[in-house]
Amino acid sequence: MNHRARTALFLVGGLGLLCFYVWGLHGLPGFGHYPGPYGDLINSLTVFERHATDAVTAVNFDYRGFDTLGEEFILFASVMGANLLLRKQKDDREEDPPLDQAEDRVVPPTSDAVRVTGLALVLPIVVFGLYTISHGQLTPGGGFQGGVILASMPLIIYLCGDYKSFDHVTSHVLSEITEALGAGGYAIAGLISIMFGLNYLTNFIPLGQTGDVLSSGTILLISVLTGLEVAGGLVVLMISFFRQSLVYRKTDEESRGPR
Amino acid sequence: MSQAAGEFLRMLPFLVAAWLFVVGLYGIVTSRHLVHQIICLIVVQSSTYVLLLAVGYRTGAVAPYFYDVPVHTPAVDPVVQALALTDVVVEAAVTALLLAFAVQAHKRFGTLDPHELVQIKG
Amino acid sequence: MIVLQAGILLFVGVVGTAVVFTRNPLNQVIGLTFYGLLMALMFFIFQAPDVAFSQIVIGAVVLPLMVLLTLAKLKVKEQSRK
Repeated sequence: MNHRARTALFLVGGLGLLCFYVWGLHGLPGFGHYPGPYGDLINSLTVFERHATDAVTAVNFDYRGFDTLGEEFILFASVMGANLLLRKQKDDREEDPPLDQAEDRVVPPTSDAVRVTGLALVLPIVVFGLYTISHGQLTPGGGFQGGVILASMPLIIYLCGDYKSFDHVTSHVLSEITEALGAGGYAIAGLISIMFGLNYLTNFIPLGQTGDVLSSGTILLISVLTGLEVAGGLVVLMISFFRQSLVYRKTDEESRGPR
Repeated sequence: MSQAAGEFLRMLPFLVAAWLFVVGLYGIVTSRHLVHQIICLIVVQSSTYVLLLAVGYRTGAVAPYFYDVPVHTPAVDPVVQALALTDVVVEAAVTALLLAFAVQAHKRFGTLDPHELVQIKG
Repeated sequence: MIVLQAGILLFVGVVGTAVVFTRNPLNQVIGLTFYGLLMALMFFIFQAPDVAFSQIVIGAVVLPLMVLLTLAKLKVKEQSRK
């Protein structure tokens, strides 16, 4: 079947899909008229049952904690798969990353202002990431967001510097260990509940006072573990992509460096 | 006239979500470059976020955080936000996996055109 | 408020269509970054700051970076093949 026939077939099917989709959505209550009941139920119960003022994080790590465990393992498996596919093959050799791939252009060096800004931003990013992770049960935040913010710290170093600085700051082994600790720790936190005689992933830590950082029991623990896992996973991904693009070359390719 | 406008506004996010879905699919079907296909897949995924958040929205409500707001203020639905949130992070990892596939496909078969890749045997 | 939400939704639809119809992947990455930031703004307007948090870093930084690195790797292969 050639290209035109395929496009024509898709246009017919796509139009049909669009019509059915819109027809199905017509039966929904309409934008802005949310009928409930689950949202309203959770909004009214979260503060009293879990001493957590952030309903979204409570849903993520407590009311639907098992689903989040599954999603976290999807993340873990994808990172593992990407790492596997981008590993060093037998016919790859390592090479110092060339400063410039296009020989006919002269790239100006990174300006000092950019470098200083990057350096000055590193510590605030780390502090903000840790704050977001640990205050997930109080204000917008939680494991996923804080982990992603933490993972952007090596990225700032790469963007404002070069690959060598990124390589100095990150360590493949340490990132993999962090990611594994986060993922495995989440599953083990559920098993600890079983040791206490409760169901899997039920809260077993005293709930504390609403509005404190050390409140809402296992939500804080699971949030920290998830933050570790997401940060470690994203750094491992970045290291794999950088190595594959900038460092590994096939053994029969000629080396391209600045002339 | 204003009733038609009201009806349109009532369905607008759902229309946008459906449109993004079909346009992304069109991009995937008629694409000639694997990386272009992957970016169209990102657009398709983002249509599901629009749908999820539109379902949970309530006019005039606040975000579902009760740190400085009394508990029984009308708030939007936190369940769909939790779903969309984990979805965003997982999307990044799955896209990374797909990009790694694209790199390997280029290494093995020398082409990035999906129409040519289909015809390679063995 | 309803004007703001209708406006941002229409904008998202238009920019999404533009991202799909850009054929060159390198140009598409720029559009993808803008699309990611626009989605984050839309999440804020829909009273979902948690989702916007993740979307800003992932959709505007991590995803375009990975696509750009893949394109760089593929271009190196192309050049070495010729």
